[in-house]
Amino acid sequence: MNRPLPKLVVAALIAAAPAFAGAQQKVLKFIPQADLRILDPIATTAYITRNHGYMVYDTLFAIDEKFQVKPQMVDKWEMSKDGLTYTFTLRDGLKFHDGAPVKSADCIASIDRWAKRDALGQKLAEATASWSAVNDKTFTLKLKKPFALTLDALAKPSSNVPFIMPERIAKTDAFKNIEDPTGSGPFKMVKAEWVPGNKVVYVKNTDYVPRKEAPSWASGGKVVKVDRVEWIYIPDSATAAAAMNAGEADIWEQMPPDLIPVLSKNKDITVKNIDPLGSMGMVRFNFLYPPFNNEKMRQALMWVVNQQDYVIGIAGDPKNGHPCYSYFTCGTPLASETANAPLKGKRDVEKAKQLVKESGYKGEKVVIIDATDQPIVHSQSLLTLENLKKIGVNAEIQAGDWGTLITRRAVKEPPEKGGWNIFHTWLVGPDMVNPAVNFPIRGTGEKAWFGWPTDAKMEQLREAWFEAKDAASAKKAADAVQQRAFEFVPIIPTGQFILPTAYRSNISGLIIAPINLLWNVEKK
Amino acid sequence: MAVVAFVVFLLLYLTPGDPAAILAGDAATSDDIRRIREKLGLDQPFLVRFGEWIGQLVRGDLGISIFTNLPVAHLIAQRIEPTLSLTLCTLLVSVLIAVPLGTVAAARAGTWIDRCVMGFSVLGFSLPVFVLAYILILVFSIQLDWLPVQGYRPIREGVWEWARHLILPSTALGTVYIALIARITRASMLDALAQDYVRTAQAKGLTPSEVLVGHALKNAAVPIVTVIGIGIALLIGGAIVTETVFAIPGIGRLTVDSILRRDYPIIQGVVLVFSGAYVLINLAVDLSYMLLDPRIRY
Repeated sequence: MNRPLPKLVVAALIAAAPAFAGAQQKVLKFIPQADLRILDPIATTAYITRNHGYMVYDTLFAIDEKFQVKPQMVDKWEMSKDGLTYTFTLRDGLKFHDGAPVKSADCIASIDRWAKRDALGQKLAEATASWSAVNDKTFTLKLKKPFALTLDALAKPSSNVPFIMPERIAKTDAFKNIEDPTGSGPFKMVKAEWVPGNKVVYVKNTDYVPRKEAPSWASGGKVVKVDRVEWIYIPDSATAAAAMNAGEADIWEQMPPDLIPVLSKNKDITVKNIDPLGSMGMVRFNFLYPPFNNEKMRQALMWVVNQQDYVIGIAGDPKNGHPCYSYFTCGTPLASETANAPLKGKRDVEKAKQLVKESGYKGEKVVIIDATDQPIVHSQSLLTLENLKKIGVNAEIQAGDWGTLITRRAVKEPPEKGGWNIFHTWLVGPDMVNPAVNFPIRGTGEKAWFGWPTDAKMEQLREAWFEAKDAASAKKAADAVQQRAFEFVPIIPTGQFILPTAYRSNISGLIIAPINLLWNVEKK
Repeated sequence: MAVVAFVVFLLLYLTPGDPAAILAGDAATSDDIRRIREKLGLDQPFLVRFGEWIGQLVRGDLGISIFTNLPVAHLIAQRIEPTLSLTLCTLLVSVLIAVPLGTVAAARAGTWIDRCVMGFSVLGFSLPVFVLAYILILVFSIQLDWLPVQGYRPIREGVWEWARHLILPSTALGTVYIALIARITRASMLDALAQDYVRTAQAKGLTPSEVLVGHALKNAAVPIVTVIGIGIALLIGGAIVTETVFAIPGIGRLTVDSILRRDYPIIQGVVLVFSGAYVLINLAVDLSYMLLDPRIRY
């Protein structure tokens, strides 16, 4: 005899239903490299904000793993015979998270805002006569002169990325942070669940229409295979490792080298380098004050920098890095051996001392500003201090935190009045692939990056690279830029390193790319 | 509070660090930073900025975070529950364990029980919170898989989920306070037990527990409550390490993160909230003296 279920049981089942539905949801728990604080990928170059950008926004074009520019939001495009007019047509079905269709006006406003902040965007803007909408899906770019890097600029993979936002948001002043994360990308941010310093929540954008091609870096089909992604920021790396071991997190974006053995012992966890380009460490000088306003002093330090030491200092294990004796990211088309003897050849303390002598160094104190809360910066600072002492330079480290370092490096006063002589940092591989994006080599004086070098010759050579008509002449022009860099020494590259990613065995489909991208990732 | 507000603002003004430089990112130029400073009003003189902040405070507005663009009050509200939960759980566990321990140690002074309690107390003082935290994680989360490694669940998601996320952090944070309160309780009780009224109570034939709890502990309560009050203030500070190790999104971590980024409005807001809390705790402790000792009147 069938007996009706007691009312209480029925009520309990109904009440539990959402919980069961929740349990069936595929939730990817991801430990990001940093805490997301700023939502505006145009207002900051912070990589964590760029990564957030890839979650919620889409781009007109994107670079694939072969460094080819591929259309992304764009369906088709054409260039006039004189190279002065580009016409772009958007794909069908593109929608923002608020349901509004993506229109030409949105793209134009977004590119306009991006071009006010990004160096390559500014270069494109210099060559631009006008952007205009033909209709809601088609727009044109008219150039004053041919600009061979037009599509490369629109496909720029790293900070600042030309993400497409709704026009109403993209009209915001480029120096003011946007607050609304509405994009048209494969994920939607759930802003109500955002707890800065703890958690960022994204859900699958069910309206997103992926391309048919297989994913390749940030190009191709962005097929989302989970319902929800939670970025859980765990500031303490030992706790993050424990959370991975206990299965409380699925992916740890960048783990410190000293914890690799801890996680590698767990058969349910894979530790792997999924970033093909890694990051490049560097020594940066202040060109305004002695002794590094003298080229010979900078060259002297270069003759004693042993990249292998720096790579081990940063990455802990030679497997997680390697020397890169080039001003352009190794493993990319413009990386070269040109003129790299001062960095690659036998380390020569005597030659370095001779250069110090020739520079007329008078024993001024060299101030290295250090950030002890950033192991990559701190390990480089210690090695540079030793190298300077080896060649008889009176150097000292002035330690603080990262916040203090990046404030102090903007100070143009002399080192004894709160300024500095040397700092260290690193850039991800995509930010150093060519003369357009490689901002540390620029020599525009007051307008240059911190250190403010003036090098008219470098700027001329950089311009010549922009003017290159084909790949072969671009390579030749880039080699000339590198040769000049080894003479002038705007920075000293300290090697290429990769912080590996850890993920649990039920995770598959991670895209091998210089940015951690979470579409295509499956959780079983 | 007005003095606190002024001192905090002045200290932050004098502290090296520029949120505009942090906000702009690594690749920014000096020009970018200058323009951001202008947009944020950070280029304004001290008095102008202080005046604007005080004006906001008077209107009940703690300001907007420079980085997240979210209201400071909202950010503090997001974080208050985890910190309150952690602090109250730790306090509750500490008092419930430490007062009986200290009382028993005093009643059995000089015996192995007393030595064990004092030994534990020394260990509790000596063991850094983060070391104990990692040991607890290793044993109870990784090896036994009983409790979560990290995170916090609001109480509205279920009392058990809320509690199991607090057991390890409260234990790690509470050990030092158990040690502190147990020592103070023992010392106060020893003092009380040597008083004439205790001898009188014993002579009247009261049971040892009646003498201990009803007479000695009651009279020893004032210094114990004082230490507990100070302990609450210390707990809020100590919660910073615990919140970091257990990835609990509390006020402590909010404070540290804001200091590292020079997010001035949040730092100012949090310090004001902390100082307000300290004032209230001290007031509560002072008022409790009247209940514990009728001779005390204000």
